[in-house]
Amino acid sequence: MATQSSRSAARIMMAPAVFLLLVWMLVPLSLTLILSFKRFLPLRGDRIGERGDGFGDFLLDYITGFPTLDWVGFQNFASFASSGAFTDAVVTTLVIVGGVLAVSVIFGILLAMLLDQPMWGQGVVRILVIAPFFVMPTVSALVWKNMFMDPTNGLFSHLWRAFGADPVVWLSDVPMTSLILIISWQWLPFATLILLTAFQSLDSEQLEAAEMDGAGPFARFFFIALPHLSRAITIVILIQTIFLLAVFAEIFVTTGGAFGTRTLTYLIYQRVLESQNIGLGSAGGVYAIILANIVAIFLMRIVGKNLDR
Amino acid sequence: MFTKTVLRTTSALALCVSAGAAFADGHSATITIATVNNGDMIRMQGYTDQFTEETGIAVEWVTLEENVLRQRVTTDITTEGGQFDIMTIGMYEAPIWGSNGWLVPLDGLSDEYNVEDILPAMRGGLSHDGTLYAAPFYGESSMVMYRTDLMEAAGLEMPAAPTWEFIREAAAAMTDRDNDINGICLRGKPGWGEGGAFINAMANSFGARVVDEEWNAQLDSEAWANTLNFFNDMMQESGPAGFATNGFNENLSLFNQGLCGMWIDATVAASFVTNPDDSEVADSVGFALAPDNGLGPRSNWLWAWALAVPAGTQQQDEAMAFIEWATSTGYIELVAENEGWANVPPGARQSLYDNPNYADVPFAQMTLDSILSANPTEPTVDPVPYTGVQFMAIPEFAGFWTEVSQEFSNAYAGQQTIEEALANGQNIVNEALSAAGYQ
Repeated sequence: MATQSSRSAARIMMAPAVFLLLVWMLVPLSLTLILSFKRFLPLRGDRIGERGDGFGDFLLDYITGFPTLDWVGFQNFASFASSGAFTDAVVTTLVIVGGVLAVSVIFGILLAMLLDQPMWGQGVVRILVIAPFFVMPTVSALVWKNMFMDPTNGLFSHLWRAFGADPVVWLSDVPMTSLILIISWQWLPFATLILLTAFQSLDSEQLEAAEMDGAGPFARFFFIALPHLSRAITIVILIQTIFLLAVFAEIFVTTGGAFGTRTLTYLIYQRVLESQNIGLGSAGGVYAIILANIVAIFLMRIVGKNLDR
Repeated sequence: MFTKTVLRTTSALALCVSAGAAFADGHSATITIATVNNGDMIRMQGYTDQFTEETGIAVEWVTLEENVLRQRVTTDITTEGGQFDIMTIGMYEAPIWGSNGWLVPLDGLSDEYNVEDILPAMRGGLSHDGTLYAAPFYGESSMVMYRTDLMEAAGLEMPAAPTWEFIREAAAAMTDRDNDINGICLRGKPGWGEGGAFINAMANSFGARVVDEEWNAQLDSEAWANTLNFFNDMMQESGPAGFATNGFNENLSLFNQGLCGMWIDATVAASFVTNPDDSEVADSVGFALAPDNGLGPRSNWLWAWALAVPAGTQQQDEAMAFIEWATSTGYIELVAENEGWANVPPGARQSLYDNPNYADVPFAQMTLDSILSANPTEPTVDPVPYTGVQFMAIPEFAGFWTEVSQEFSNAYAGQQTIEEALANGQNIVNEALSAAGYQ
């Protein structure tokens, strides 16, 4: 049991790290918040930190909310939310997150069950299955776009033609399916790995006992294996949701946000970088933070309770 | 005595070292250049050693894909990042950035450089209030590139200045779905510089304009509906599968594989499609002016990739020296000597087109005619308050036209009707221009 003095020593030693972490998070967060209330159009000549180049001047400007930029109240928030693109972007984001989660959990369980079986070359197969996770998103999106999904030269188009069918124009005819496929390919290995670990901790005697009691394979799966996997599934859902809410590279490389694939992150990118409207984009960033928190709270309440057990 | 000797020797040594350092500094300047990964730019990098030998100025390259380059240099210039001494920019950026005071005016170039030799269309597009802010490395318009063998097989003859009706008929006649031959390949890919640029130039020839003189969006006009319906119908009849995702590079690849009867795109592509190393159809390519509708403007654009010096650079003189070297007639001759006249950077200087050696290049005259037929100050049938043929030279254009081009691409892919795409586009343009205070 820790003494009073050891607890104080621990607090003192942790303080610098906690302080740094707070600054690390607070600076960009408060910067986004300040800028979301400002008119900031760099291409129209708006500037921050006009007083000087030093860090002191920058800090002073930062604390006083960049006095060279005009306050516009909630105008940026209103403009961002009233644009027709906003609702579509939120829906697209949620569909992508949901789609990828469904694919990676369902196929993750199936793959994990397969990999759990004793087989020849098990080590190599496991490495091959998890390999996509180590490919950069930009690279995987380029490979999928040019090697597989290209309607003229792609492998899929040759495959379709070999069977006498017209090739599917993946990225424009079924854009969301294509994107979910590309992103799932990246995230399926992560889910498989976590679920495989959970499968390996499943007590084989329990399964054997159930079998002896006359339980069929489906009953054994739904009443023994699946409840055992619930914590692992929760972890997969929580971690993947955090990353999938900010998915960007795959969309940038493949559809460029067209064909109804513009997520909230992509919309913010368009406002900040393509339109160079930093204030409006920052308001979008604040909305994204709010959305992420709503999803996180929802997830923690619905599925996170599994982690308490 | 000894101490004094040591002190004198040390001082002398220190002087020598600092003088040496100063000398070395004066002769080892390094400039950093951001550029686009186009063939002509990559070729220029290969000759940079010669520039360094001549001047002692070292060059570091940051080579990026077009869209990424645009974002990097725009962010750098707006935040005064100071990462680059020279930036490769286009006709869209030069006048806007020049008017904001972000670029060094190129009014101190030497007589030998001969600014007057730069084609007036290029000089005009890269200037603001008569001051040149970027020097063109190469200039381009767009034109029809077509397969002479397929044209002949279809029993047609391409006029030097075709109409859109003829192009549509020829495309249908050349299409051979069983052999994967598409009568025509055009850009449908979203992005203001991709499909957005093409459809805007095409709309000019149909009598459409993006805004009227009071900056009100005009996408709800009949002329725009005619443009998009004509384009979409023709591409559905005779275009490749998935044309809604095809841009310059995708169409270049299709044309070079022999899968397109015609391709209307940048004049600079002519050297690639006629190069036997790159193209399977190199010996059967013909050229014609971009089509029109008899209303005046043709559907060709005007563009230049140019070199500019950001105002904050610490190496202004060295940067200017590089720009003079890379965009001079001397550089053109250097490339011609080593790689042949067909591979020199085209479209920037009149003297190139006066050179009898260049006249033999099959696409030379058509490139010049296309450039000369584009008018950035009066690009449309009805008057407009902006300059630029396939773009509007205002800061907001890149942002809203990318979104509009996405709406158009969604319509090509069948996700919405042409009417819905135009109605959405009308709202996007009006919203952006009203927010920026134009209306």
